[in-house]
Amino acid sequence: MHWIDFASPHSVREAVDLLNDADGKARVLAGGTDLLVQLRGGRFDDVNLVIDGKNIPELNEITYDPEGGLTLGAAVPCYRMYGNAAISRAYPGLIDSASLIGGTQIQGRASFGGNLCNATPSADSIPAMIAHSAVANVEGPGGHRHIAVEDFCAGPGSNALGRGELLVSISFPAPTSGFGANYMRFIPRNEMDIAVAGAGTSVVLENGNIKSARVALSAVAPVPLYVDAIGDAIAGKPADEETLAEAGQMAKDAATPITDMRGTVEYRKHLCDVLTRRSLQIAIDRAKENA
Amino acid sequence: MPGKTYVQTRINGESVDFLAEPRQSLLECLRDVIGLTGTKEGCNDGNCGACTVDMDGRIVTSCLVLGVEAEGKEITTIEGIAVGSELHPVQQAFLENAALQCGICTPGFIVATKALLEHNPDPTEYEIRFWLANNLCRCTGYDKIIRAVQDAAARMQGVSA
Amino acid sequence: MTTTTDYERNVILSSVDYNVLGTRPIRHDGADKVTGRALYGADFDTAGLLIGHVLRSPHAHANIKSIDTSKAEATEGVMAVVTFADFPSVKDAALDLGEEVTTLHDLQANILARHKALYKGHAIAAVAAVNAHAAEQAAKLIEVEYEVLPPVMTAPQGMADDAPILHESMRTNELGETIKGKPSNIAQHFQHVKGDIDKGFADADVVIEREFNTVTVHQGYIEPHAAAALWNNDGRLHIWCSTQGAFPARDATAEVLRLPVSQVRVTPMEIGGGFGGKIPVYLEPVAALLSKKSGRAVKVVMSRADVFEASGPTCGSNMKVKVGAKNDGSITAMQAYLAYEAGAFAGSPVGAGAMCVFAAYDVENAVIDGYDVVVNKPKTAAYRAPGAPNAAFATEQVVDELAQQLGIDPLDLRLKNASTEGTRRPDGTVFPRIGCVEVLEAMKNHPHYSAPLGEHQGRGVAIGYWFNVGFESSVNIAVNADGTITLVEGSTDIGGSRASIAMQAAEVLGIPAESVRPSVVDTDSVGYTAVTGGSRTTYATGWAAYDAALDVKTQMIERAATIWDVSADDIELKDGVFQSSSDPELNMSFNDLAGQLAGSGGPIVGRASRNAGGMGVGGGSFAGNIVDVEVDPQTGKTSVTRFTVVQDAGKAIHPSYVEGQMQGGSVQGIGWALNEEYYMTEDGAMANSTLLDYRMPTSLDLPMIDTVIVEVPSDHPFGVRGVGEANIVPPTPAIANAIHGATGIRMDRLPMSPVAIMEESWKQS
Repeated sequence: MHWIDFASPHSVREAVDLLNDADGKARVLAGGTDLLVQLRGGRFDDVNLVIDGKNIPELNEITYDPEGGLTLGAAVPCYRMYGNAAISRAYPGLIDSASLIGGTQIQGRASFGGNLCNATPSADSIPAMIAHSAVANVEGPGGHRHIAVEDFCAGPGSNALGRGELLVSISFPAPTSGFGANYMRFIPRNEMDIAVAGAGTSVVLENGNIKSARVALSAVAPVPLYVDAIGDAIAGKPADEETLAEAGQMAKDAATPITDMRGTVEYRKHLCDVLTRRSLQIAIDRAKENA
Repeated sequence: MPGKTYVQTRINGESVDFLAEPRQSLLECLRDVIGLTGTKEGCNDGNCGACTVDMDGRIVTSCLVLGVEAEGKEITTIEGIAVGSELHPVQQAFLENAALQCGICTPGFIVATKALLEHNPDPTEYEIRFWLANNLCRCTGYDKIIRAVQDAAARMQGVSA
Repeated sequence: MTTTTDYERNVILSSVDYNVLGTRPIRHDGADKVTGRALYGADFDTAGLLIGHVLRSPHAHANIKSIDTSKAEATEGVMAVVTFADFPSVKDAALDLGEEVTTLHDLQANILARHKALYKGHAIAAVAAVNAHAAEQAAKLIEVEYEVLPPVMTAPQGMADDAPILHESMRTNELGETIKGKPSNIAQHFQHVKGDIDKGFADADVVIEREFNTVTVHQGYIEPHAAAALWNNDGRLHIWCSTQGAFPARDATAEVLRLPVSQVRVTPMEIGGGFGGKIPVYLEPVAALLSKKSGRAVKVVMSRADVFEASGPTCGSNMKVKVGAKNDGSITAMQAYLAYEAGAFAGSPVGAGAMCVFAAYDVENAVIDGYDVVVNKPKTAAYRAPGAPNAAFATEQVVDELAQQLGIDPLDLRLKNASTEGTRRPDGTVFPRIGCVEVLEAMKNHPHYSAPLGEHQGRGVAIGYWFNVGFESSVNIAVNADGTITLVEGSTDIGGSRASIAMQAAEVLGIPAESVRPSVVDTDSVGYTAVTGGSRTTYATGWAAYDAALDVKTQMIERAATIWDVSADDIELKDGVFQSSSDPELNMSFNDLAGQLAGSGGPIVGRASRNAGGMGVGGGSFAGNIVDVEVDPQTGKTSVTRFTVVQDAGKAIHPSYVEGQMQGGSVQGIGWALNEEYYMTEDGAMANSTLLDYRMPTSLDLPMIDTVIVEVPSDHPFGVRGVGEANIVPPTPAIANAIHGATGIRMDRLPMSPVAIMEESWKQS
């Protein structure tokens, strides 16, 4: 690897200044499970500064209350999420993702914030975050702003952050009663694999009908794909197989995957249908328990 | 070119200071700077688990940690698992169950298994397989490793009971 | 705690009992390997050690127009840069590395490209610098001008008339004759003929012919290749490396560097897996050249991508198998067409594949055609029963289909046609005593074979064969005053062979396995010993240990005779006690006699060097699988839900490590069957050269692997058959047959990945 410098700021302001000064030649280190591989692979040969986010308090906090919802620091590793019983109950889709990213060791380091900034189409946390209506909290030289997670990724490996901007945390609204969510991916192995396709879903049930729903897909478009049309189409319909089939078909139609070593266009579109139906079914079952 | 960074850690219960280039991984620092070669490199991208170490009570693949990140951390490597001249029950169980063939993955498996059993003293076969899925073994087919972990769990419960 | 089942998960069908053999002592190198003290290839260090980095071709096929190393050489911290030009020129000659035959020219050109890059990852140049990062950065400064050529990626592509040619000098050896004229990518076409194939098919009531394709897969050892070299000031070259054979590594390194073998000393480090892939040398000569130039010790370690792209995987293949049988199930004719990819240089395992393809069947009429085809992929190396799994994937599926068409149980069909002692294979070999029938019977009798199946589940069976090799091994034993023995051997220990060899000496001498101190030593310290490979180590080095122990025993008896003043013929060694047969008062334990050696004439050493024969020693080993799978009809994903492996071990010396070989080979076979593949881009690059995307099985992808050890003794003094390889042969067809049982889909290609199964299901619906 080429030479890099290392900075370990203790405040958001300090980190923003470092990022701003580096003018695109710095990367923020959270868990490092993607960044270090990319640095070694020569993807960031122009990067000469790594800024550790793990000594900045705001990036490492989890705050949750049943009214105000959840705020997840951008550098919080996966294991700290499923280690928390209250969060596990309230945000099942996030927990699905946190428990299947990488393996035990990777989950000891990898963060949702890093996964989001890394912005790969196959990111496992992003569809779940979209299903949970997540908002990214960003601090920059010009102050702070909030970006809906479905708008955060700009293309494979690129995100909405501008010069000097730092992802500080991600906020999730408190789930209402009748809410259920799930993330499911398809991989050829049972762990340690990149999604061939994935589906993050959530529903709110009311009197056995779907009051609202959100569906997002991974690995089938240049960015994690929020298919808002599915929510619009199935809202008000019964939570039955026919509705799920409609959602699955819409997911399949919305997907624009590529053929690569992980799957073909046809297979990935097919999986969008299968995974959307299966994932929604789990979200519905969880919503029923949560009624 | 800027200089190296001074890093203060505790490794296997002893305070260890070393100089690291920021680009060096914790794995490189352990092996090439400190001389603890029991931690192995199999892939250098977090997918084989041969470089597993415990950092502040959590197992990580040390190839995906920078050496400079170890500042102030408490690290346990394979060299710190045995207590004095006594093998740890996990090590003993791996030996008695023939849970290694070539042995290159063994340090990572032992560090990961010890962490599992401290966190979950009586894991099911599924829980063992899930926890160890980040550790690849190409020789054994895992059968005897799973049995060794089950055996180690029984020994450790026997000890604590 | 342990998983409970209503049957025995690890069975040994044993015929003879011994004191030490068949027990399960802790391996002698165990403590080192569970504490991190064992030193593997990359762990080598010495004062002033430099680190080497190899610059590799980004192109699969290209002429090298020029290499300019001046900028790299001028970089601070760089101590040496080498290219092919640094090799001494050599006359070409065949080189037998044991399980690997190549030519000197090819070996040199594979280690550092001569004038052509023949695969992506082909070594072009190497840099030695003060640390790994400096070496890597400096290597980027080497300027190579390439003329990029179209690549050849598969055997059928390479065999096409208009295929791009890899080697302008290559002419096909067609049935023993070199075809003059046009260059070709077909290095060799050979044929085995037995009986009258036309008559055989004419006599058949049913004939099935199918075509199969498999792709390149890798051994996947967890330790990347590593080698260090010090070209000393006395002109001697010392190598420390991770190798399956210190002597073959010494010989190959000496050959390509034009050194007498005695000028090279190889110290084998502990080896982190090989499976055949650590027989060839890649880094050793490079490290040596860098050391010669820099005057310092140099270590070179491959990255994981290097391991995939530039070591030796096993071949992809295109195969056709045709089988004819009568309605009663008797097979009348078998025909195979095997076209195997050699990689960039001649030498695919098609010859071995042809020896194994019909080995389980006693058939009167057979023809086997084999083609060795060069392609723009890394030169293949041995991988556990090289060539045999490909062939079995074809044969065992056709036989399965035949059983279905004839309405005969698939194991009964195999039993009806099974090879036995005296069967002559189509390649001409006549079997000595073998365990083919015993393996099939053990499969049939296993409770797994009749267990119920669930929805979307299917069961498959298959049998596989590997012929095993003998070759040379040397062992020295010295008796210590405390009744232990030191045992010095040259077989690198990949999977517990120190134990299995030590136990054979212990059995002879009537002492516990723990009283043997085995050491694996360097090439200056023991007699020639061939590779740890070919399922030969426990057989051949074990046999040498047996011989050396007999030598010790004879001398100990003579010593006792001297002490007691009786005839040596009067003394026997039984259960570790020397006993006079005429005087019951005259007896002495091995320990006691060992303690008296110094005062009664001096120390005793035993030695043996055994040439255990060539290929097919002891009749080889058969392995069979019963496999249950569940296939998700919506995603095509296959889960192995139950797996039983049966193998003939002749005599299981250390049953745990025999089971370990069986389980490990089975799981490599499962990986090969379901997900592993070199996914090649159109321009000939491997797209998935990481352990993330190559997808070897994790612990979560598998059930427990149940074992049955069958013991049909070989010609070895204890009946040992090597068990390292045959177990990887049956999994791919057994799983294919199980998938067919679950889905009705016949998979004619590997891997049988979810996407492949869905594509096949869409095709068939």
